[in-house]
Amino acid sequence: MSSNNNLCTRELTIQNRLGLHARAAARLVELSRRFEAEMTVEKDGQSADAKSVVGLLSLECPIGTKVWIKAWGDDADQAVAAVAALIENRFGEE
Amino acid sequence: MNLPPPFVSKESALTGIAASPGVAIGKAYLVDRSKIEFIYQNLISPPLVEEEVARFKGAVERARAQLEQIKVGVPEELAAHAYILDTHLLLLQDKLIYEAAIDLIRKERINAEWALRKAVDQAREKFARIKDEYIRSRIKDIEDVTERIIRNLVGSEQESLGSLTERVIIVARDLSPADTSQMRLDRVMGFITDMGSRTSHTAIMAKALEIPAVVGLEDCTRRIRTGDLIIVDGLAGHVIINPDDKALEFYYGRQRSFESYQAEIVRTAYLPAETIDGHRLAVMGNVELFEEVAAVIDHGGEGIGLYRTEFHYVSKRHLPTEEELFEDYRDMTQILAPRPVIIRTLDIGGDKFTSALDLAEEMNPALGLRAIRFCLKETEIFRTQLRAILRASAFGNVKIMFPMISGLQELLEAKKILKLVCRELDREGLPYNPNIEVGTMIEVPSAVAISDILAQEADFFSLGTNDLIQYSLAIDRVNERVAHMYEPLHPAVLRMIRTVVQAGHAAGIKVGLCGEMASDPVCAPILVGMGLDELSMTSLAIPRIKRLIRMASLSECRDYVQAILRCRTTVEVNEFVREVIVRRFSEDFDFLAAARAV
Repeated sequence: MSSNNNLCTRELTIQNRLGLHARAAARLVELSRRFEAEMTVEKDGQSADAKSVVGLLSLECPIGTKVWIKAWGDDADQAVAAVAALIENRFGEE
Repeated sequence: MNLPPPFVSKESALTGIAASPGVAIGKAYLVDRSKIEFIYQNLISPPLVEEEVARFKGAVERARAQLEQIKVGVPEELAAHAYILDTHLLLLQDKLIYEAAIDLIRKERINAEWALRKAVDQAREKFARIKDEYIRSRIKDIEDVTERIIRNLVGSEQESLGSLTERVIIVARDLSPADTSQMRLDRVMGFITDMGSRTSHTAIMAKALEIPAVVGLEDCTRRIRTGDLIIVDGLAGHVIINPDDKALEFYYGRQRSFESYQAEIVRTAYLPAETIDGHRLAVMGNVELFEEVAAVIDHGGEGIGLYRTEFHYVSKRHLPTEEELFEDYRDMTQILAPRPVIIRTLDIGGDKFTSALDLAEEMNPALGLRAIRFCLKETEIFRTQLRAILRASAFGNVKIMFPMISGLQELLEAKKILKLVCRELDREGLPYNPNIEVGTMIEVPSAVAISDILAQEADFFSLGTNDLIQYSLAIDRVNERVAHMYEPLHPAVLRMIRTVVQAGHAAGIKVGLCGEMASDPVCAPILVGMGLDELSMTSLAIPRIKRLIRMASLSECRDYVQAILRCRTTVEVNEFVREVIVRRFSEDFDFLAAARAV
């Protein structure tokens, strides 16, 4: 179990044209699974596990959506940084 | 007429068509399109639970290997689409599916298939709320992956369906004879379906088995999840999802009072169906399965007025052999002797599905190659069945009935084949009843028009009103949009029944009726007045109909018919029925009236 003492959060905007669709969600999950930290993506008070495609898809985040990334655990900082890079990089689309 | 039931909030109550009476309270089991059948199991001991988790993980692992294999085989030009497989691989172990299922196995101590189905149902609910159509449709990917896992789980344990440990209420879009033939029916407490009408297969099957059913609910499969507690009120056509204590208490009470009413009716079932002025009718049972015969006798049936013989043809992958059919027909004949068994020859086609005979798809199956037309074309299949029926006739009172006769030519051809088969049996020295009665169903409007001609060649008539109504009113009884126009009391239908009875009696043959109408208490006095000699129906209805006939007199029933034949519209007929017949027999209609007032 990861410890809860290291919390890292960051607000980001989904910028890719298709939003957080299946392929993007899959990439996000693949990435976040490489980290020990527990991670969630939040939108309008709803929260989804960043390691679940099903959860991310059900959040429904089209382009322009503001989301909060939260991570707990020893490598929380690195995890958030990596996910932030992916989102800002428009999931490598175009 | 169908007011919402008491005590429940609107969103948890659904209203459909009351298809089979009774009240069932129990766990829902969603039969989805993938058609993979599995069962609910309660795992009592902790070691079993961990074994189940391991079994689940193994199935997921196999699914992973299968997907990897598929991925390797993807041709280069489609490589860009291979990401779908990657998504599926990810979904295999998605937290909300994989871990949720494992959690459910441990916490609820249920088997892997059930746990996985439940986890997916939860995800489906989440996805249903999504506005984006593309993302919403991703549930399909989840279902594909789940199906793969379940196939792996079930594939290794084929016997699972036979070892059902808990009784369930089946929730489905629609059920075909092929579906129900695979079910352990003794584990089914109730049926509810999105589609269907009072005369569709589910309704007929449920009534015969005395299992409460509500059909035509439109979206029950979307609202109910496997494992939900539901109440099926087959009297009023209501379904209550996750009821509160008050509703439960009410429906348990309703269940008890219906059962005691039934018991009272059954106690007097052995008495003959004789009117107070001494006119006696034969009341018989319609059956599809050998197992239903006992219920017919228990309910006071005086024989089998319609034995539907399609089951042997739809339940197996191969065509039944003569011996298989013969043994089945002989057993039924012997059990019932000296009571009659009217065996209807194969009525395949139409809404009946067949797996052994790979029939070409037809645009209009109800008007296509079915029943006697099919048999006159596939004469080998027909002859095999006729041989089996004739051989069984040596063991009791068997009669043959041809379905869907539309002209004299067909009847003559069928009788010619029957004669040839008789000669075959003579040559082989096999015993049969040479004086076997051969009747015809009257279910095509053309047969009504020439019923005087047919009566010269038939030993008896049996009105198949389900199809007759459908064909003469041009109403597809399973099409929800027009099902409400399927009117048994349409003046045209009533006139056709009278025509057939008169033609039959003029030729000195008996006329029976084996459609759903025969089991409708509202119709019983009318059918008595029409002069029908025999009514054949689902066993459950027999005691009630016999009791009604015992309360009536032939002379009053004739008066009703006189009045009804003057009605110009179904509305007028219904009004007469409501004002006169229902009032006259109010004692017997009380229970249904109470059901409607709820």
